[in-house]
Amino acid sequence: MSNRKIRVLVAKPGLDGHDRGAKVIARALRDAGMEVIYTGLRQTPEMIAAAALQEDVDAVGVSILSGAHNTLCPRIVQLLREQGMNDCLVLVGGIVPQEDLPKLKQQGVAEVFLPGTNTEDIVKFLRENVKPRE
Amino acid sequence: MPETKESSSPVEVEKERWEKETLDPTLAKRPERKKSFQTVSLKEVDRLYTPLDVEHIDFSRDISFPGEFPYTRGIHPTGYRGKLWTMRQFAGFSTPEETNARFKYLLEQGQTGLSVAYDLPTLMGYDADSPLSEGEVGKCGVAISSLADMEVLFDGIPLEQVTVSQTINAPASVLLAMYLVVAEKQGAGWSRISGTLQNDILKEYIAQKEWIYPIKPAMKLVVDTFEFCTEHVPRYNPISVSGYHIREAGATAAQELAFTLRDGIEYVAWGVDAGLDLDRFVPRISFFFNAHNDFFEEIAKYRAARRIWAREMKERFGSSNERTLQLRFHTQTAGVSLTVQQPLNNIVRVAIQALAGVLGGTQSLHTDAYDEALALPTDRAALIALRTQQIIAEETGVVNTIDPLGGSYYLEALTQKMEDEALDYFRKIDAMGGMVAAIERGFPQREIQDSAYQYQKAVERGEQVIVGVNKYAMTDEPSEVPILVIDESVRTHQVERLEATRSKRDAAAVAKALDNLRLAAQRHENTMPATIEAVRAYATLGEICSALRDVYGIYEEPAF
Repeated sequence: MSNRKIRVLVAKPGLDGHDRGAKVIARALRDAGMEVIYTGLRQTPEMIAAAALQEDVDAVGVSILSGAHNTLCPRIVQLLREQGMNDCLVLVGGIVPQEDLPKLKQQGVAEVFLPGTNTEDIVKFLRENVKPRE
Repeated sequence: MPETKESSSPVEVEKERWEKETLDPTLAKRPERKKSFQTVSLKEVDRLYTPLDVEHIDFSRDISFPGEFPYTRGIHPTGYRGKLWTMRQFAGFSTPEETNARFKYLLEQGQTGLSVAYDLPTLMGYDADSPLSEGEVGKCGVAISSLADMEVLFDGIPLEQVTVSQTINAPASVLLAMYLVVAEKQGAGWSRISGTLQNDILKEYIAQKEWIYPIKPAMKLVVDTFEFCTEHVPRYNPISVSGYHIREAGATAAQELAFTLRDGIEYVAWGVDAGLDLDRFVPRISFFFNAHNDFFEEIAKYRAARRIWAREMKERFGSSNERTLQLRFHTQTAGVSLTVQQPLNNIVRVAIQALAGVLGGTQSLHTDAYDEALALPTDRAALIALRTQQIIAEETGVVNTIDPLGGSYYLEALTQKMEDEALDYFRKIDAMGGMVAAIERGFPQREIQDSAYQYQKAVERGEQVIVGVNKYAMTDEPSEVPILVIDESVRTHQVERLEATRSKRDAAAVAKALDNLRLAAQRHENTMPATIEAVRAYATLGEICSALRDVYGIYEEPAF
């Protein structure tokens, strides 16, 4: 296994501006030794997928609190896959009702982290699930 | 007999004796549970407060009587004995029809004022049919794209009798214009209607981040509403300077206090620079604070807020008008404190937070519904939230006397500490050239981000307890609560009305009104009259904001 650091794109799609969670996660992942790129606010799925490709990330962490997750998340996954990023994990954090979880996972979201999640659990999840590169 | 040292007061001597004779033996037998006790803002709390902690506080100078300078104990001489706070529940979801029905339901249940929550496209100045609105229409609030939607929203609600608060910022002048035109169509005179526009753009750049234009033209739009309302809608509050969102973004109580009041000072300064009469427009500036978990820290914050504002208006701006000196505020319980886990526990959190707001002397109050960490509130959850306020008002007896905690050693010392911390921030921000300059440098934004991160770490270390999350968690939680789901049919419905509105209106009149608005903006004239004309012609929110974007450009957040 190479010594390549895990690279994560923290993304904030949709119109919502509440970025407390995204910024706390970005800092926690950096403190855990990962390389983090934060997209800034109001990114379309297309912009997020393009940034993921350009930055060659292992995972995309999507923060959504507005209820738009069912529209935005599947599209992000789809765009990543279309550009050949089959191993790129898509993690979702934010306010997501329990009943939406199975569908999101079925659509290719690796994990959904709900409010109250420990940042260390997210670090652990990434370390265990990011595929090592050749 | 040896004389006691001059510096030692009898209380100091007594306290030392108590520590030696009573406290130390107890500590030796059983140490305290923790080395350090902290507020939710991670501020150290002492074991005991005594007259020594309030030595520098002078009753008549710093505490005084309610209704008198510096208003620490409240702005009304009779407190809640004269009039209870306004129970104003923030509501808005889905279509204007659905929200109108919720408003009528809340009024029937004894709510005394309305507060409109708009959806994200409305907050950002986009119409329901904009590609950017996909997935967001009616989700976080009610969807309003034109006057036609606003007419439905307030159908059957007499605006001359009910005060309405509108949570809208970047496009606030447009929603104010819509409100005024609806009132006019109802026959409610502008001189008689009352209500509040949030219209606090500074805290958008600092915390909530729903902006459209760059900071300076956005501030000009705010000043336009001050000027217009002072002349034409004199009982209306054109701004609610908000700490709520600053706190939700992670600020400490003292940061919330400091940045909010410094924002308030910035608005006053801009108004004065624009030539407005201080004692005519400042009395209509209102405030909005958070009510978080740490009970005493919150009460101290509200008391300090009144004292600081009175002193700043007097000393910085030279006002002696009592309405200018009096800080009036709305309170909302802390959404960020609500947990998804064991959601019924939120009812208890909300009750205690609301009590802090009441003991701090709030003028109006929103209590969060217990299901708000999951979704927008259901009818049932919204009703319990309202009943919580009614129980505090009618059953607990805390309203019977004014500022019942005034004089508590702890509370007075904490109030003083809050004031000191806020003034310390004022000095830093003043040195940067004011709040607009401080925001451009990312100063308050960075301070808040740091506090948010420190708090998260304290929670993860277990130093800050969240019941049901990092302590007393249950792996197998009982019954889920029902939640309100907004589906995409709302967008279809809204787009249909938007299309119908566009086809019925006089297109030439709309184009002319939008041209006039661009001209007014270019000439630095007050934009309100032209905005009202555009609204009357059924120009949409998106079209009006686009016209202003053409002139002002858009804000891009710098990286920090």
